[in-house]
Amino acid sequence: MAVAKRRPACYGQRMSDPLSPKASGTRSGAWRWFGRGAGAAFSIPGLILASAFVGFAGLAKEAGLTVVQTVFMVGVVWALPAKVVLVGAILSHASLPAAAFAVSLSSVRLMPMVVAIVPEMRTPKTRKWVLYALSHFVAVTSWVLALDRFRHVPRDMRTAFYAGLGGTLVLANMAVVTIVYIAAGRLPPAASAALLLLTPMYFLTSLWGSARERASHVAMVLGLALGPVFHLLVPEIDLLAAGVVGGVAAYAWHVIAARRRRT
Amino acid sequence: MSFDAFDAWWWPYLFILAAGWLATDLWRFLGVMLGGRISEESDALVLIRSIATALVAAVIAKLIVFPGGALAATPLALRLAAAGIGFVAYLLARKRVIVGILVAEAVLLVGMLQFY
Repeated sequence: MAVAKRRPACYGQRMSDPLSPKASGTRSGAWRWFGRGAGAAFSIPGLILASAFVGFAGLAKEAGLTVVQTVFMVGVVWALPAKVVLVGAILSHASLPAAAFAVSLSSVRLMPMVVAIVPEMRTPKTRKWVLYALSHFVAVTSWVLALDRFRHVPRDMRTAFYAGLGGTLVLANMAVVTIVYIAAGRLPPAASAALLLLTPMYFLTSLWGSARERASHVAMVLGLALGPVFHLLVPEIDLLAAGVVGGVAAYAWHVIAARRRRT
Repeated sequence: MSFDAFDAWWWPYLFILAAGWLATDLWRFLGVMLGGRISEESDALVLIRSIATALVAAVIAKLIVFPGGALAATPLALRLAAAGIGFVAYLLARKRVIVGILVAEAVLLVGMLQFY
């Protein structure tokens, strides 16, 4: 009786999820999707990210970090804007609390990104620690790639897919940073200068393109103008001051512009 | 309490863990906890994104205006021209990041050849 009862239920489950291929739910299926996730790291967005990490390696070396410290930072922080802010704080000789506060402010936006991606990966069987571990991989590139590819990944294989994608991106860029850091000492001055221009150019363009609303463009222009000014006025908290003043002013502009549209 | 405040080998790693790892993963973990209970469109998130954007923009401007290493030896006008022309090229190329980077690097290198 029990067997007869279970069978149709099992059948029904499979029918209700037409996306699930046969291998779905098995261990070998999980490894296959892990591999496909790893493969998705080798794409145009992945390549552009790697070029940004080439620049970051030069920046960290210039700031006086050792190669081990730099690679350690890539692994534990991962999000590139947070790392660039952290290196910026180190360069300004900011204190630990001031540096932590500046990095926190630059990373709050990771929270809504995680909030958006978790429901896409979660099934009733997903263990909580898996989601916490995978959330570490959330940064702009892996997040955009994952949300784009998830449509073609069966729901119960999405954690495996994201583990492959995120893990590969982190490890590959740790390797890129190691190689570039070591090679950077032997570059001629022109190449070395070009390397140091990579990070600001990458963010100048990608930050503008990723803005969701006009307020972000206003914030960006204000931040660009206030950064050097506050560096001269309050060098130890220049990033914090520019971020808060520029950000709040841009938000005020957003509220006023929205009100004007309504009336 | 800055990054180079102590000579101990472990201090830079503690600094990176506290100011880097904790300050980023705390937000990621909070995101897992909240699940799908916060909207991307809410006004509070506009404020959060604006502050984060202004903060990173401030770092960008500092890296161009007050750079280190070999880039510091180039004239400020050349760096501003490279960044500005690269950005315009990025906009003209329908916001392709790679175009902006390559054009800015080309302007910088051509400019440096004139000075060295």
